[in-house]
Amino acid sequence: MKNTKWLLLMAMTLVLSIFLAACGGADEKEEDASKDGSKDDNATETPKKEDGEPDAEQILNLAESAAIPSVDSAIVEDAVGFNVLNNVNEGLYRLDQENKAIPAMASEEATESEDGLTYTFKLRDAKWSDGTPVTAEDFVFAWQRAIDPATGSPYGPFMMSGTVKNATAISEGKMDKKELGIVAKDEKTLEVTLERPVPYFLSLMSFGTFYPQKEEFVTSKGDAYATNSDNLLYNGPFTLTDWDGTGGSWSYKKNDEYWDAENVKLTQINVNVVQDSATAVKLYKDGKLDRAGVSGDLAMQYSTDPEAVLQPETSVFYMKFNQKKLKKEETPLANVNIRKAIAKSFQKEDLADVVLANGSLPANFLVPKDFAFDESQKDFRDISGDHLTYNVEEAKEFWEKGLKELGVDSLELEILGGDTDLSKKMDEYFKSQLETNLEGLTIKLKEVPFAVRLELDDTQDYDIQISGWGPDFQDPISFLDLFVTDGTNNLMSYSNKEYDKLIADSKAELALKPQERYEAFAKAEKILLEDDAAIAPIYQRGLIFLEKPHFKGLVSHPFGADYSYKWAYISGKE
Amino acid sequence: MVKYIGKRIIYMFITMFLIATATFFLMQTLPGSPIASYSKLNDTQKAIVEKKYGIDKPKPVQYAIYMKNLAKGDLGTSFAFKGKSVNDLLASRMKPSFILGAQAMVFGTIVGILLGMIAALKQNTFWDYGSTFFAILGISIPSFVFATLLQYYVASQWHLLPVGLWNDGWKSSVLPSLALAMGPLALSARFIRTEMIEVMGSDYITLAKAKGANGFEIAFKHAFRNALIPLITVLGPVAAGLVTGSLVVEQIFAIPGIGEQFVSSIMVNDFATIMGTTLFFSAFLIVVIFIVDILYGVIDPRIRVAGGKA
Repeated sequence: MKNTKWLLLMAMTLVLSIFLAACGGADEKEEDASKDGSKDDNATETPKKEDGEPDAEQILNLAESAAIPSVDSAIVEDAVGFNVLNNVNEGLYRLDQENKAIPAMASEEATESEDGLTYTFKLRDAKWSDGTPVTAEDFVFAWQRAIDPATGSPYGPFMMSGTVKNATAISEGKMDKKELGIVAKDEKTLEVTLERPVPYFLSLMSFGTFYPQKEEFVTSKGDAYATNSDNLLYNGPFTLTDWDGTGGSWSYKKNDEYWDAENVKLTQINVNVVQDSATAVKLYKDGKLDRAGVSGDLAMQYSTDPEAVLQPETSVFYMKFNQKKLKKEETPLANVNIRKAIAKSFQKEDLADVVLANGSLPANFLVPKDFAFDESQKDFRDISGDHLTYNVEEAKEFWEKGLKELGVDSLELEILGGDTDLSKKMDEYFKSQLETNLEGLTIKLKEVPFAVRLELDDTQDYDIQISGWGPDFQDPISFLDLFVTDGTNNLMSYSNKEYDKLIADSKAELALKPQERYEAFAKAEKILLEDDAAIAPIYQRGLIFLEKPHFKGLVSHPFGADYSYKWAYISGKE
Repeated sequence: MVKYIGKRIIYMFITMFLIATATFFLMQTLPGSPIASYSKLNDTQKAIVEKKYGIDKPKPVQYAIYMKNLAKGDLGTSFAFKGKSVNDLLASRMKPSFILGAQAMVFGTIVGILLGMIAALKQNTFWDYGSTFFAILGISIPSFVFATLLQYYVASQWHLLPVGLWNDGWKSSVLPSLALAMGPLALSARFIRTEMIEVMGSDYITLAKAKGANGFEIAFKHAFRNALIPLITVLGPVAAGLVTGSLVVEQIFAIPGIGEQFVSSIMVNDFATIMGTTLFFSAFLIVVIFIVDILYGVIDPRIRVAGGKA
């Protein structure tokens, strides 16, 4: 008996000491930091370097959240793959530091025909990493390969259909791939013919799917093409090395054959897959990473860190209101007043600042901020303005009107959301806001993994779904096209003829009239949100990263690949 | 003995066959398609891609094809890693997991046995309570808690070993192995202590003492060997625990092992990889259990695995 008590006491002391030690840890860290600081001040013996001057050693250490599934530009469909492609290969155009598409493999701006249907590109004298020249034929081959249905390219037909001539027919197997609207006039001249004028066509040329591939190399490698870093050719700022095809680490080495190699300062980038954000932060704090993403609950904790940087994104999240369950039976959400009531009944600022707390912005729009600009570089957001802003009084009026029209006095609706901690927190917030502000509404939450959500979306088996979209090219149409009648991503039985017409016009008679085209978009957005409340915008996502002060010149892009390391460098690390 | 082993091997294959069959059909009930970009493909492409992966055929045919390839040792092509065989995928991921598992197992059982013996021989002293306490901690706290604590103190605070990743030679493997070793360590210590105490009280030990054998000889030659038997019984389940523990520990230390692969393949419905990793884990466990059964006979001649007449 005496022994047990003693044991218990010892156990409790030990457990307590673990907690105490954990609490003490934070103070120690701060002390360490201040010690380091004073050390720096005293380090006067080393000659002081000019501010911003690159260091002698240019090696960067980064983490990715997932392994590379593929680097075959016709097959790539994920964020990691597109990011790798953007740094080891190069298309006709590339997004520059200001995210403007500038000639890359093209030597000069393309010439566009009067009707906007033909583009002629002149290629520069660029080389593949094996020393052979990049030719117009390489583009023809790559594009034909991407549109060939046998390749199974997810982005080939998605990006080219309705844009590049004959792409739709070829992708459906009704026409030979040789008929695709791309021709090599000579070794260095490329002519592309379009189905319709596409005002954002040049920005598309920076997208991975349109990169060149050398036929001889691809054919000789066969099925092994692009399955590891040796089975790929590079024409971009870096080459990929030490990638075994499935592994959790790889490196980039500076590509000396790259045409603009003199402006590439980094000599090597080491990448490791780190799935757990907490681990990434620890590695960062230990100096093993120069940049680490901070997600979920950690974001709030680190948002005030002196090394935290906010990176606004162009993904917008919204509620989809399903008007026909399983595509047949009308739901209460088919009533416009019910939709408006819900859309206006939750406070978006608190959600973004307190619940998400990761740099996200409240959204009263579908087309994101800092994404699309008109000819005079005016943000589309300044042209279109705010819609469906939070207003409880109005929400209540719409709600009562809607209930009366439906002839009921209460409703039960389901919110379908993701299964991450953050989405669950967000769903709880919606439930409390909606149930408090709209009398007689009961919200049921359904939180499922991504693949399950996609399937429920596909069969339209939900009431309200929290969904989001990131753009594939720099034009409002990348978002507005989603909700045309029978659009592949509509999947909520929304249909408005006027909206459809505006979107159709923007692709036809307005295609060459940029100003009127943007006005049509603004009008369409207003119909979708303010008039119809087909969806309820929630927030534009932001990300928080910890970034070492010596890591400079990283460029993040609003669409396509996430980053360019071409202009990045290390300064002041040593 | 040979007959027994032969029989066991046949049973092992039957078990594997049943596991493969069950996993194959259970997997078909997963919602969603294994092709991530399914919604982006048009009908022509869908047909071609499905044909390429053989998922256009009826399920029983797919099953037959899969089992036929499996018999040849071919685990198929991954959906998520475009065009890469699951065999290659597992091969490149197996090494870190294997090193961690083996180190944890060896270190955990050896230290556990020593602790258990000390506790038994110095019964009801500080050593006994200390090691008991340690063992209770090890059993009740899951390995990922140890992983986080070790990572925080040993790596982040004291900078003795790497925080994570698999690029620093043996140093990278120390902390994750230690975290994983806590389970086997605690369990071995408990078992050895209990058994040793029991064995030390038995008649033949008294006899050995009476014959004048020294303490060391008694402890190792007579008591220890008998105390090992129950421990060996639980080593199989312990190995199973290591496998599940490694799923989380690998993630905490950002180690590109097979556990990480297993979790992410389920998230994206990568059927071939799910099958491959499940079968790999099953095979591993079946083999461990088999070895444990064989070891019985080696350690204790009284146990006749062949089931001969007593």
